[in-house]
Amino acid sequence: MITIEHLCKSYGKTRALGGVSLTIPSGGVTAIVGPNGSGKTTLIKSILGLVKPDSGVITIAGKSINNSDDYRAGIGYMPQIARFPDNLDAVSAIELVKSLRGYPADCDERLIDALKLRPHFGKPLRALSGGTRQKVSAVIAFMFRPAVVILDEPTAGLDPLSSSRLKDHIIEMKASGAAILLTSHIMSEIEELADSIAYLLDGSIIFHEPVASIIGKSGERTLERAIARRIENGKELL
Amino acid sequence: MNALWKVARFTATDIFRSKWLPVYTVFFFLIAEGLFRFSGDSGQALVSLTNITILLIPAASIIYGALYFYGAREFIELLLAQPVGRKPLFTGLFSGIAGALGGGFLIGTGLPCLLHGTADDRITILAILSIGVMLTLIFVALALLVAVRSDEKVRGVGICLGLWLAFAILYDGLIWLVLALFADYPLERAAIVMTTLNPIDLGRVGIMLRLDIAALMGYTGAVFEQFFGSRVGFTLTSGAMLAWIVAPFMLALRSFSRKDF
Amino acid sequence: MPPHDMGRHCSSLEMMSAAAGQILRLLLLFSICFACMRTSAVHAAEVRVGNGVDFAAAVAKAAAGDRIIVPNGVHTAIDVKIDKPLEITGQAGATLDGKGKSQILIISAGNVVIRGLTFIRSGMSYVSDNAAIKATGISDLKIENCSFRDNFFGIYLAKSSNCIVRNCSFKASGRLESSSGNGIHQWYCRNSVIENNTIAGHRDGIYLEFSRNAIIRGNKSLNNIRYGLHFMFSDSCAYRDNLFQENGAGVAVMYSKFITMTGNIFRQNWGPAAYGLLLKEIADSHIERNRIEGNTTGLYADGCNRNTIHFNTFHRNGWGVKIYANSSQNNFKDNNFLSNTFAVSTNSSSLQTNVFDANYWSEYTGYDLNRDGFGDAAHHPVRLFTILIERQPTSLILLRSLFIDLLDAAERALPVLTPQTLADAHPRMKPKQ
Repeated sequence: MITIEHLCKSYGKTRALGGVSLTIPSGGVTAIVGPNGSGKTTLIKSILGLVKPDSGVITIAGKSINNSDDYRAGIGYMPQIARFPDNLDAVSAIELVKSLRGYPADCDERLIDALKLRPHFGKPLRALSGGTRQKVSAVIAFMFRPAVVILDEPTAGLDPLSSSRLKDHIIEMKASGAAILLTSHIMSEIEELADSIAYLLDGSIIFHEPVASIIGKSGERTLERAIARRIENGKELL
Repeated sequence: MNALWKVARFTATDIFRSKWLPVYTVFFFLIAEGLFRFSGDSGQALVSLTNITILLIPAASIIYGALYFYGAREFIELLLAQPVGRKPLFTGLFSGIAGALGGGFLIGTGLPCLLHGTADDRITILAILSIGVMLTLIFVALALLVAVRSDEKVRGVGICLGLWLAFAILYDGLIWLVLALFADYPLERAAIVMTTLNPIDLGRVGIMLRLDIAALMGYTGAVFEQFFGSRVGFTLTSGAMLAWIVAPFMLALRSFSRKDF
Repeated sequence: MPPHDMGRHCSSLEMMSAAAGQILRLLLLFSICFACMRTSAVHAAEVRVGNGVDFAAAVAKAAAGDRIIVPNGVHTAIDVKIDKPLEITGQAGATLDGKGKSQILIISAGNVVIRGLTFIRSGMSYVSDNAAIKATGISDLKIENCSFRDNFFGIYLAKSSNCIVRNCSFKASGRLESSSGNGIHQWYCRNSVIENNTIAGHRDGIYLEFSRNAIIRGNKSLNNIRYGLHFMFSDSCAYRDNLFQENGAGVAVMYSKFITMTGNIFRQNWGPAAYGLLLKEIADSHIERNRIEGNTTGLYADGCNRNTIHFNTFHRNGWGVKIYANSSQNNFKDNNFLSNTFAVSTNSSSLQTNVFDANYWSEYTGYDLNRDGFGDAAHHPVRLFTILIERQPTSLILLRSLFIDLLDAAERALPVLTPQTLADAHPRMKPKQ
């Protein structure tokens, strides 16, 4: 479980996060939704320690992540853009991450075959398509059976088969008790995977509700329309 | 430390597999080989090799270092999402880039030197090789400092080019101007101090002490020789060279540790 | 032609035939003398030093033409006068000790031969030139296989002719110019031969003043305080195949004509006023096949005219050649200039009458498209930086800077300060063997 309290972050004069508080429970998928520049990436990177927040507290499984690196052993991260050193192959990249994590026993390498990645293993990474690199990134994210999984637009650029295989894996991880944080622009994907949605706008969470409740309250048929309706109503309220 | 070594090895391997590094190595090899073969005298070959070392290594190191960092940004983020400290990761990255470039230079230049260098030239060759490696370290550190601080690739590379131009040419023009303007004053000490503040000049003087010792014994040159050739001078200049590696590296490390990705 | 002139003409003819007769008679006399000397040499007595006869007593006892044998051991000899032809031979380890007082041998007779002796401690003096062997106004002195240690002057020859110094070694440990003397010193001498000696630690290794026709060859002059060889007002001398190394100021040849300098090595003479070879007011001389290497200034020419400098190698000097504008019509041809910091330097950009042709310059970057072995474009060995250094010596610190190289390149494209007449029109593509 991840708990975020009063998280603030500004880049110079630009405010990216203005006191975000959020709880991401284990055994569930929490989706962060919001327009570009709303602070999604900053929020994710704060959890990963890539961005140093100005104030606020993040705890994972009850422990504050401040000034620590080791907590990331329990996190799997799949970035939005998968880029690797040009001249090495996927095996070397995976091997590097494995070795940095001290070769944990019992690695989950099922995704390699599920995503049909093995035929690409010998090729230099620069020769791989964006989608294939995305698959490498997915393998790395799930390989260590993390208690927390952070996925930034995980299926963008993937073919339908790979995309659905990845989704299967996400659901399986959820069932095994992982806390999963997801961003996506594809609302159908969120509808399919997420248990709850946190809507982020200008660095603040406008609402954080279960998917069923959002759809139910709006009376719309799909999540996408439900959210749209909700935002429009919100605007009127403002 | 373990992570440092892994990242360094990975980075160096990546660079060694690139097209660029073999070109770099082969370039130095061909230049050095050609100079030894076609110069009438190994001294002239070493003089030309010195010029190329001092000119090219800073340029290549600072540009390539910056480009590599920009190219590897996303992967660095992925690595930072692993249970790895920023300091070992950055140090490993620096060591990998500097190690690959330095290794390429050492192999490319060292082989012809081993083949053709005479016993008399041994110390001069050693001076050229070690100064080449030190300049590599200094300018990779500067490159990373710029790249860590400036997120815009074009701007960063531009700053790097400007730095190289300043260190390689403009700074010496400034020294020359000072020497010409204040020609009536004894400026030997000032010249020594100004030289110590520029790593390329330090490298240049270090090799000059070997190749041009005869000229340095004439005129005010003797003052330079007395300073740079003495134990104190050697310690001071080595210290300055080391400071030129450590200072940009530490600054870059600090920025990297505090950086928001 | 007037008759009295005829008469004078005839008389001069007579005089000439008379002179010829005189010469014949002289030659005859000379050969008889020579024969006598030979026979007398066979019958010459041997006088041994020892058994109560000290060296001075032995010399006093000996008759002209006798041989004195000096056995192993240190024998005191202070101001011993040699005023008759003698042969003085030392056995292994025979040493004459001047005790640091005055001179050791003072020679005032011709045909003295000295062999195999070690001379130590002639006395240092600020007023007189005390030497281990001093010879004045004599001829045919021969000094061979001797060793000179810690003497003020080693051998001092004045107003003497046909003297030979051969296979000797000189070692002194003077520190100051004022308190040490020269190794081999010649003043107003004729036809000397100085060969295969080794001289170290003196003020000047070999010193010649007002001498003629000296031959100096195969010597090694090393680590002397001032000059390895110092040469003043001595015309028509030759020195060949000598080694001059690490002397305080190198070799100085001054105010002389018709000098031949060939096959010598001038090496590692370092310092603000040190020269491989310093030429001052030298004319009509030949400097050929020398190796001038690792000196602060290789060859320095001040007021030198009509000299030929051919087939020399200038290697890794600070300045290969420094030639001042008061030097004219010198000819530099077929030399190799290898890796000198500055190949040629001069103090004027005005018209040069010195000729540089067909030399090899290691820094030459031109091409030889017609494959005749010579570069197609002329080489200008004087760089802009060379001239800047003369004006502002501190800028030496910028040597090999890219900035300076750019300035040099600009000057080559648009010459302003460098002498365009000082150029080698046929730079060699390969060093002259």
